[in-house]
Amino acid sequence: MIGAFVIAFREVIEAGLIISIVLAATRGIPGRGRWVALGIVGGLAGAALVALFAEKISDAFEGAGQDLLNAAVLIVAVLMLVWHNTWMAAHGRELAGELRAAGEAVRSGRRTAAALALVVGAAILREGAELVLFLYGLVASGASGADLQAGALAGVGAGVVLSGISYFGLASIPSRYVFSVTSALIIFLAAGLAAQAAQFLSNAGIVTGLDQILWNSSGLIPENGWPGRVLHALVGYTDRPTVLQGIVYVGTILVMVGLMQMTAQNKRRALRTA
Amino acid sequence: MRTATSLLALCALLLAPLAARADDMPVIKVEMKDGVILPAIIEVPAKTRFKLEISNTGASPVEFESLELKREKALAAGSTSSIIFRTLDPGSYDVFDDFHPEAKATLVAKDPVAK
Repeated sequence: MIGAFVIAFREVIEAGLIISIVLAATRGIPGRGRWVALGIVGGLAGAALVALFAEKISDAFEGAGQDLLNAAVLIVAVLMLVWHNTWMAAHGRELAGELRAAGEAVRSGRRTAAALALVVGAAILREGAELVLFLYGLVASGASGADLQAGALAGVGAGVVLSGISYFGLASIPSRYVFSVTSALIIFLAAGLAAQAAQFLSNAGIVTGLDQILWNSSGLIPENGWPGRVLHALVGYTDRPTVLQGIVYVGTILVMVGLMQMTAQNKRRALRTA
Repeated sequence: MRTATSLLALCALLLAPLAARADDMPVIKVEMKDGVILPAIIEVPAKTRFKLEISNTGASPVEFESLELKREKALAAGSTSSIIFRTLDPGSYDVFDDFHPEAKATLVAKDPVAK
């Protein structure tokens, strides 16, 4: 029972942390609740499909199907996060300030809410397929008793509650700072997801080389321990990163910060000439 | 939307050589059964492409995982799937079942020449 609880809890938390950041980052954007709900439902449906066709997906592309699917899902999420942060650099202040609802900001705000709904869907799709497989297996096998199923369900519930707590923690940050915090979180989140995508492409044989290990911190913070798992979900921590992962990680951060500064500058110039 | 289309095109381009490759690599079989990984020492060839065929013969779902190898594969009860390794340095790598924390095994990659 404890085992089922822990496994279910862990899988929910990994997606739940990402969702709580996304929710905090879209505060003040009208209609974001509907978009995030759509992302959750879409992600769950996708996860069920992936679990259902797990074997077919694995066998596709000479056995690289799963890696390619994971990489594609992650790359979409990263692109959406980059776009969101770039947009935020220009419009964040309007949303945070009293001058909200300057028509254009709200209209394109809906677009960035839609983009983040995709991120939510991607996060659930990635983590959820395993959870669906695990939960379905518990129910379908019949070999597991009611206590195992109760444990797994309690794990899902506890994971949702903890994700909720982390959202309210983020949301309680004064609105003047909340977007700076979420923008910073999203930069590291995106960098971590990009590095994971790079590893999937490397596993699939699409990217070759650069697979030397940069460092091994598995003795210090093992990736499958609790701190390691939380850090992995938040900033893409891995205890044995490859050179490729390192390059992609740093590269993503540089690109995002560069784009954000560019848009913020353009915005300032536009305001001055207006 | 344009980005999505060009991404798809890029994927198709990158995948073309994969599909063309012949399926003649060695296959190493692993059985996972409700918290047991068989064999406990999985011997595989180093520095060559091979296929690790994993069967879940138990009644509960399993997840073959190795942090050192950066691979994971979840399997429903009764299903079989495989992971393709392109090349491994000789050495031993820890693997475990992420859904049965007590289940552990070692994957040992050996140079075919040294045998």
